[in-house]
Amino acid sequence: MTVKSTARARKKASPGVPDSLATGKDAPAELVQLLTPEGERVEHPDYPLTVTPEELRSLYRDLVLVRRFDAEATALQRQGELGLWASLLGQEAAQVGSGRAMREKDYAFPTYREHGVAWCRGVDPLNLLGMFRGVNHGGWDPNEKNFHLYTIVIGSQTLHATGYAMGITKDGADDAVIAYFGDGASSQGDVNEAFTFASVYNAPVVFFCQNNQWAISEPTTTQTRIPLYRRASGFGFPGVRVDGNDVLACLAVTRWALDRARSGSGPVLIEAFTYRMGAHTTSDDPTRYRANEETEAWKAKDPISRLKAHLEREQLADEEFFAAVEAESETLGLRVREGVRSMPDPDATLIFDHVYAEPHALVAEERAEYVAYAESFEGGE
Amino acid sequence: MSKLTMSKAINEGLRACLETDPKTLIMGEDVGKLGGVFRVTDGLQKDFGEDRVIDTPLAESGIVGTAIGLALRGYRPIVEIQFDGFVYPAFDQIVTQLAKMHARALGHVKMPVTIRIPYAGGIGAVEHHSESHEAYFAHTAGLRVVTPSNPDDAYWMLRQSVESDDPVIFLEPKARYWDKAEISSAPELDLHAAKVVRPGTDLTLLAYGPMVKVCLEAAQAAEQDGHRVEVVDLRSLSPVDFATLEASVKRTGRAVVVHEAPVFMGMGAELAARLTERCFYHLEAPVLRVGGYHAPYPPSRVEEQYLPDLDRVLDAVDRALAF
Repeated sequence: MTVKSTARARKKASPGVPDSLATGKDAPAELVQLLTPEGERVEHPDYPLTVTPEELRSLYRDLVLVRRFDAEATALQRQGELGLWASLLGQEAAQVGSGRAMREKDYAFPTYREHGVAWCRGVDPLNLLGMFRGVNHGGWDPNEKNFHLYTIVIGSQTLHATGYAMGITKDGADDAVIAYFGDGASSQGDVNEAFTFASVYNAPVVFFCQNNQWAISEPTTTQTRIPLYRRASGFGFPGVRVDGNDVLACLAVTRWALDRARSGSGPVLIEAFTYRMGAHTTSDDPTRYRANEETEAWKAKDPISRLKAHLEREQLADEEFFAAVEAESETLGLRVREGVRSMPDPDATLIFDHVYAEPHALVAEERAEYVAYAESFEGGE
Repeated sequence: MSKLTMSKAINEGLRACLETDPKTLIMGEDVGKLGGVFRVTDGLQKDFGEDRVIDTPLAESGIVGTAIGLALRGYRPIVEIQFDGFVYPAFDQIVTQLAKMHARALGHVKMPVTIRIPYAGGIGAVEHHSESHEAYFAHTAGLRVVTPSNPDDAYWMLRQSVESDDPVIFLEPKARYWDKAEISSAPELDLHAAKVVRPGTDLTLLAYGPMVKVCLEAAQAAEQDGHRVEVVDLRSLSPVDFATLEASVKRTGRAVVVHEAPVFMGMGAELAARLTERCFYHLEAPVLRVGGYHAPYPPSRVEEQYLPDLDRVLDAVDRALAF
C-alpha cells in the first residue's frame, strides 16, 4: 500500500531540503490508509473503523453523486451557464469521508471547493451554484445545515471556524467544528493565527487541510519545507496525514478528531493527502505547469474506483446497485442542469438589500435614486 | 452619574453592556488584568471573568476573525484594537469578511461586532499610535463608523453600537480620554444623528472626534471678532446625518470641515461634495477643508504643526468669510 510521491518534478523547488521532508516522499510510513488503491481493506492500529456493507454502499453513492454534480457544473460553465467553477475532481473521498464524520450539530467552514462536504451536510447543490452563476455571493442560510458560506479569500474561514468553536466551549456544548482549507492556505497568516487561537483556547475545531498538491500553479514545495501535518506540533496539537483518496481513512481519522475535540482535548490538524485532478478552476490551464504523467499516476489512486473494487471484491454490492446509483446520478445531473438554467437573475435592487441589518440612510438614499432612475426609462427597468 | 472622564465613561458603558446582555464579550490584547493600555477595560475581567473579558494572542486578524466566528455562534463581541495603527493586520477580516457577511448571506446571518479603536494624535506618541483612518472604514459598505467627542456621547454611543446588529467601528479620540463631563441618564440622540453643539449664523464648522473641541474653541475665538460660528459634531461617519448638516449650512451659507486625517480623499472631500450638491444656491463660499497633510503622521515633536489647531481653523474661517 505504497502511495508514491508525486513530487519528482518539483524536486528542484527546494534545494537543500531532504526530499522526503519537502514532498512527503516518506508518506507510506506516515499515511493513514484503510483502503488500498486496489480496494483491499487494511487496518490501522490507531484508527479502527467498523463499517457495515450498507454504509460502504452509501459512501460509494455519495462519491459518485458528488462527482457527477461536479462534472455537471463544469459542463454548465463550458456552456456559459456558470461564470466559473472550481472542480473537486479527485478530492471526493477527502470531502465525503470528513463530511460524513460530522454530526448534525457540528459545523463546517468550507473554502469554495467543498461541494462534497456540502452534499454530506444536506445542502441543496443548486445553492452552491448561485455564486458561480453570479446571482448571489452564496446566499444560503448557513445555520440551516450548519454549513457556512463559501469563502474565497484563502484561509479567512479558519478563524471564523475557530471563533465558532470558542463559542461552543463557552456554551458548554459538545459540538465540534471543521475548518477546511488547502495546502496554499497553510501559508496564510490567518491559518497560523487560527492554529494559535485554537490551541491556546483549546477550541473544539478540526483543521482539515486537503493537500491537493497544487495551489493554482504552485506546488506544495512553494508553501512548505516539511509535510504540512507536522506544522501542528509547533502549535501544540496533533497532526495526522491521511490518504485523502481513501474515504474510509478520511472518515475514521476525522471522526476520531471530532470526538477528541468535542471531549475537550482541543484541535487536530488533518492533512488529507490527495490530488486536484482537474484545473484550479475553469479559468485555469494546468498544462502550463504540471506534467501529464503526474496526473496519470494519481488516476491509479482514484477514490471511487478503489471503493468500487472493494465492494465488488467483497461482493458487497451487485450490478443492480451500481446501475441504481448510475441512474440516480443521471437524475441528479438533469436536476442540476434544469435548476441552473431556470435560475432567475435577481432584481437589480438586490444590490441594496442586506448591506446592513438595520436601516442605513445612505443605502436607502442610493436605492431610491436608482429606482427613480430605472423607472425614468419607458416601461420602467 | 457624576462627572467621568471619557475613558471611564467607556469603561462604564462596557460594564453596562456586560451586565445587560450575557452574550456580550470583550476581546483584545491586554484587556484583562492590565485593563487595557488606556485602562478602558479596567476591572472588567475581575468582575466578569476570563470567559467574558478575554485576553487574546497578539494577532489582530485573529481577534477580528474569531470575533466573526463568535458572532456566528450568537455572541456579541466587543473587540479592542490596541492602537489605530495596529488595525491593519485585521483590515482584511474587517473589509472582506465582517463588512460583507450579512449581504453575502442575503441577510441570514448578522454581525453584531463592535470594534473599538483608540485613534488620532496629539499625545506625543511614537509611530503608528496617532493615526486617523476613518475614511477607509467609512468607505466600506457594511460597516457603521462612529466617533464620540465627549464622555456623554462616548458612554451612550458605545451602548448603542453594541446593541446594533451591524458591525460598528467605534473610534475613540485618545487625546480626549481624560476630558471630564456629566453622563446623562438616557441617550439624547440616535447613534447616527449629528448634533449642533454651538449655534451660529455666519459659518458652520463641521468636525468629529478630537476636533470638535478645537472647533468649539475656534468658534469662541471668532466671536471676539464678531463672527457667529456654528459647530456641528458629526458623531457618525457612516451613515452621515446629512439632513442636520444641510440645514446648518443652508442657514449659515458657509462651511469648513475640520479633521486630523489627511485632507486628500478624506471625510472632508465627501462632505464638501455632498454639501455643494445639496446647498449650492445657499453657499457664499466654497466648502473649505482643514486637516492633515499628505504625509505619514509625523514624529511627535512636530505633530502640533501637522494637526489642525485653533489658528489653522480660524485661518480657514477667515478665508471662507472673506470669499
